[in-house]
Amino acid sequence: MNEEIKTFTISIYTENNIGLLNRISAIFQRRHINIESLTTSQSEIEGVNRFVIVVNITEHQAKKIIGQIEKQVEAIKAYYHTDEETIFTESCMFKIKSNLLFEEPQIQNIIKESNTRIVTVNKEFFVLEKSGRRHEIETLRKELNTFGIMQFVRSGRIAVTKEEMKITEMLMAFNNQ
Amino acid sequence: MKETETLESKQASKGSTERISGSEAVVKCLIAEGVDILYGYPGGAIMPVYDALYKYQDQIHHVLTRHEQGAAHAAQGFARISGRVGVAMATSGPGATNLITGIADAQIDSTPLVCITGQVFSHLLGSDAFQETDIVGISTPVTKWSHQITKASEIPEVMAKAFYIAKSGRPGPVLIDITKDAQVSELDFKYEKCTGVRSYNPVPKLNNDTVQAAADIINAAKKPMIVWGQGVILGKAEEELKAVIEKAGIPAAWTIMGASAIPTSHPLNVGMVGMHGNYAPNVLTNQCDVLIAIGMRFDDRVTGKLETYAKQAKVIHFEIDPAEIDKNVKTDVAVLGDSKESLAALLPLLNENTHEGWLEEFKKLYAIEFEKVIKDDIHPTKEGLTMGEVLKEINKQSEGNAAIVSDVGQHQMIACRYSKFNKTKSNITSGGLGTMGFALPAAMGAKMAAPEREVVAIIGDGGFQMNIQELGTIFQTQIPVKIVVLNNEFLGMVRQWQQLFFDKRYASTEMTNPDFITIAKGYHLKTKKVTKREELAEAVKEMIASDSAYFLEVCVEKEDNVFPMIPAGASVSDIRLS
Ligand SMILES: Cc1ncc(C[n+]2csc(CCOP(=O)(O)OP(=O)(O)O)c2C)c(N)n1
Repeated sequence: MNEEIKTFTISIYTENNIGLLNRISAIFQRRHINIESLTTSQSEIEGVNRFVIVVNITEHQAKKIIGQIEKQVEAIKAYYHTDEETIFTESCMFKIKSNLLFEEPQIQNIIKESNTRIVTVNKEFFVLEKSGRRHEIETLRKELNTFGIMQFVRSGRIAVTKEEMKITEMLMAFNNQ
Repeated sequence: MKETETLESKQASKGSTERISGSEAVVKCLIAEGVDILYGYPGGAIMPVYDALYKYQDQIHHVLTRHEQGAAHAAQGFARISGRVGVAMATSGPGATNLITGIADAQIDSTPLVCITGQVFSHLLGSDAFQETDIVGISTPVTKWSHQITKASEIPEVMAKAFYIAKSGRPGPVLIDITKDAQVSELDFKYEKCTGVRSYNPVPKLNNDTVQAAADIINAAKKPMIVWGQGVILGKAEEELKAVIEKAGIPAAWTIMGASAIPTSHPLNVGMVGMHGNYAPNVLTNQCDVLIAIGMRFDDRVTGKLETYAKQAKVIHFEIDPAEIDKNVKTDVAVLGDSKESLAALLPLLNENTHEGWLEEFKKLYAIEFEKVIKDDIHPTKEGLTMGEVLKEINKQSEGNAAIVSDVGQHQMIACRYSKFNKTKSNITSGGLGTMGFALPAAMGAKMAAPEREVVAIIGDGGFQMNIQELGTIFQTQIPVKIVVLNNEFLGMVRQWQQLFFDKRYASTEMTNPDFITIAKGYHLKTKKVTKREELAEAVKEMIASDSAYFLEVCVEKEDNVFPMIPAGASVSDIRLS
């Protein structure tokens, strides 16, 4: 098996229960695996949650981790995927002093060329929002940084997979048992 | 039977409801699950449940231990000998945290437990209230499942789920934390057993292709060897395993947790693997051509150095837990499923064989081990008593029918190596966690679950003092358990390592012990102390013949070592005989 360290996106479908986040993060913590990002939300199925966790590990480790996650009573199913097997994005927000928008015409160009959205503008500050790959966000951050950023925040990765994940079928099978 | 489905779990529905308190509901759930004995210790946050237990004392017997750790281990002993779910109960805060060692032990040794803890009122949660601890958080890494109940109406469904999860698939401990308000408020009670949880697949479906692939490899093998673990006992697959080894003539060895699934006297039982296991199965692990692992998890105490473990062999792994496959040892064929079903499916596909020459190799190595180790352990010529001869005497007097509950240390290894087991579920010990203090309370639980069996606890002078307070439970509850303390006045196993690997620097391993006999007498137990070989047989005989609890102290050689031994990090085939 491939022992090269790669970025894997781990997708977990779970029941929506308090405490499960603790159980899942403990699996990584015990093995000294650093979680690069973690996002949890409602999934396409009513009442079922989805975790998207990004880690840099070997495929061998990824397989074992999936086994440990699926072993948890409230985890329905877990998968790991490489970047090539998923469509993924992150989003970010910038809060910047409003006067710069008028004093630095460069900023307006950057906003236009990078497809960044202006969320709000008021007398003191304006807020930008952008979704995209990490390198696009990083480029944008560097460009804006030269003018001064009041606040910057970036979300964890969210991802959908190219392959189908047959959760609905699995749950149907349970109901028909 | 009609089935109703809740969102996540399935329950068989029957009967109408009655209006009762949450605490009474807890007790009724226990009774509905067939619980007739539980172990615990009361306190403020669990008092309503104790009050309900008082009302139902003709149906359910609560055993008051002397420490919550004792309650958890007693529940483990109960579960291990009977295959039923053990139940332990404690109050919030310190009561709950005192259960943790037993819960962790049950988790790593796959023992079905339901632990119930009281919790502060739900409106106080998170306020650092008196005796509030986040026991669900604390127990998360050492439970199969844990849940906090804050509403009385949740009790029946959560309790049903707890029992189902604890005992199904690969068993394990479940912790249910119940806030005081949930105990005192009322609900419309109706109990329905849980029959499934949608996010949980306890037993993988057996794939017949994998069984065929396993059979093909086994049929072609010249030097096959089986290593079985507790999965055989948990899966009630003892008969199936016996049929497999007999038909295919495969020498079979066991891990500590698998001990007793096949009688010691069976000609194909070639002994114990692992750090202090037998010479032949350890050495031959690295010579067999096919290694068949059944319901075991390749613990590091079993495999020694993984890089040199059975590298020459094809590995077949029969296992219920998918997470164990390839976890430590890469398998060629994995047969996922329940051990009983898998072995039953394997049997008709196997060719009859005897592997006589190969079996001969086990016998040859056994002869070497006998000469170099066993002879001196069980027929000593030196003056001091050995632990091995005590075990031999217990085997003789109990005719191999006793359940041996051992603690942790040298005496544990000796008990596992030299006990004669005629019956399954006869070796109860803390394998995965190695918890000193396990044996005394576990023996109480075992004896209460199987009163018809002789239960003998084998304990070191160190471990005995870790839960010595349970003598009080044995006295009050009149549990006729036999207690043997093998007193070497050392934390023997640690001293052995200090001798072998730390140049005999005996740092904090020497024990100045109290007079154990006086202590046992204080609890009104029958007692005897043996210091000479001539006294041993008579004392053991008297102990086994006793109808009530009996305390036997045997003063053994102070600085004996347990061999064979695979030094930590060494290969199984580098096992030392001295
Ligand atoms: C709770 C706990 N603490 C420490 C240890 C480490 N330990 C393993 S064996 C052992 C010595 C046990 O001594 P004793 O009970 O006298 O038994 P002996 O080895 O002498 O037979 C110790 C301290 C342990 N296993 N469990």
